[in-house]
Amino acid sequence: MFYLFPAVRSALQQVSSIAWLLIHTVEEMGDHMLRRRLPFRTAIFFDQTDRAGVGSAPLVGLVSLFLGATMALLTGYVLRPYGQENLVPASVAIGFTRELGPLMTGIMVAARVGAAFTAELGTMVVGEEVEAIEAMGLGPLRLLVSPRVLAVFCLMPCLSVISNFAAMAGAAIISRWAFDIPFQLYVQIALENLLVRDIIAGVLKSFLFGMIIGLIACYRGLTVRGGAAGVGSATTSSVVTAIATVIGFDTLFNIVLVALFN
Amino acid sequence: MTATASPLLELEDVRLSFEREEILRGVDLRLSERERLIVLGQSGGGKSTLLRLILGILKPNGGSLRFKGLEVTRMGRRRLNKIRQRIGMVYQNSALISSLNVRDNLALPLEELSDKSEKEIDEIVMHKLELVGMTEARDKMPAELSGGMRKRIALARGIIMDPELILYDEPSAGLDPVTSTLIDQLIISLSEKIGATSIIVTHEMESAFRIATRMAMLYQGRIIAEGAPAVFEHHPDPVVAQFVSGDTHGPLLDHLPEELS
Repeated sequence: MFYLFPAVRSALQQVSSIAWLLIHTVEEMGDHMLRRRLPFRTAIFFDQTDRAGVGSAPLVGLVSLFLGATMALLTGYVLRPYGQENLVPASVAIGFTRELGPLMTGIMVAARVGAAFTAELGTMVVGEEVEAIEAMGLGPLRLLVSPRVLAVFCLMPCLSVISNFAAMAGAAIISRWAFDIPFQLYVQIALENLLVRDIIAGVLKSFLFGMIIGLIACYRGLTVRGGAAGVGSATTSSVVTAIATVIGFDTLFNIVLVALFN
Repeated sequence: MTATASPLLELEDVRLSFEREEILRGVDLRLSERERLIVLGQSGGGKSTLLRLILGILKPNGGSLRFKGLEVTRMGRRRLNKIRQRIGMVYQNSALISSLNVRDNLALPLEELSDKSEKEIDEIVMHKLELVGMTEARDKMPAELSGGMRKRIALARGIIMDPELILYDEPSAGLDPVTSTLIDQLIISLSEKIGATSIIVTHEMESAFRIATRMAMLYQGRIIAEGAPAVFEHHPDPVVAQFVSGDTHGPLLDHLPEELS
């Protein structure tokens, strides 16, 4: 079986390597905490949250605004013959909080932040900086991986929320302009149809996506081989793998959610 | 020079292969305190690999490697990190952390591993920068420094934790002759001032003779000659003699194509 599917074997190896990366990072953080110190360098953590989170907010907001507007336009167009344009706010609200918000944010963060993590760590590997950190006994995983993964893990839900609000704003503008739904009514319908369950599902998914993107990006960066070309191909591979994995996990998450609650 | 009863570092039959290619085929080496051992050898001959084995970054396929009597090859991560704090490493390309300025590069190990206050750390950083004559570079980024300056900062970082053993990987490679001599003099003065033992990997003979208190030649994965620098100047082994003289005729080029030899 494994002989027939080398790609499957390689994929499984990488999954286990990423799991070990997580385990070793947590171990190194634990070692440091035993010495009564913070598990990561706060300066690097805040720098990364600023770059990964705050820096991504405009992109996430803008893209979500357009997507929300497009979604409102399309659903309104489909529902208008049946006189059901009033369902537009509900469909955008549910669609984004539960599904599209975290997913689109995940894709954008994978492309923007994941690529940066991989390129940065990859360049450090090529310049022997990571090895030098290891040689000093500092624990490169704790020093480099933990603040990055934690930053994207913590900031993803926030970005998802920004995405949701931006999409709703886009949809509200379209609803007002194309389907004569006043803003107040839009908000009222959206809130009436939105379930806490959908919001929680979206937030949980965002945490998961953040962790996946952070780990894949750091793993790809730390395993760079072969100089500048290696950094380039690792960055591409990091983005592609992270996006595919995020979409895959999203599907899985939805299947589990539907099986549990519907 | 004779080895003392309890050497600082002891390598016994250390073997290492990468994908069936044998890099080290049984290296034996003993290093006493305060020695400056030069390890000579051809490019790609496993000299840098030897330093990585000493730091525990690579694990040997066989043999034993003891630092102050402690077996490094079988150590867990925590103990290995403790040992690493007692060993300084100066990389060929300096390997300074490019996103941190000189002060932060030097302060990093102290901030992470010691309980010293910021003031104490600043004092130590300045002292080490003084030792390498680079106090004015304190707030510069590595990218703003020349190769020689980066190397001096790397030397300062190598001794920041007051290590007992300092490993140098090609310290004068790629530097002009004057800077190269300066680096050599720094290595000698640092080893004398802080009383550290040094292993210097190089294939630059002038540097080697300037620095060494003892020399060893790594060839085909083994130490084929070892002794005082004076012995190496007129060594009876044809491989060592050819390496030292830089002659193209001799056993070192035997396995190259006809037209080259």
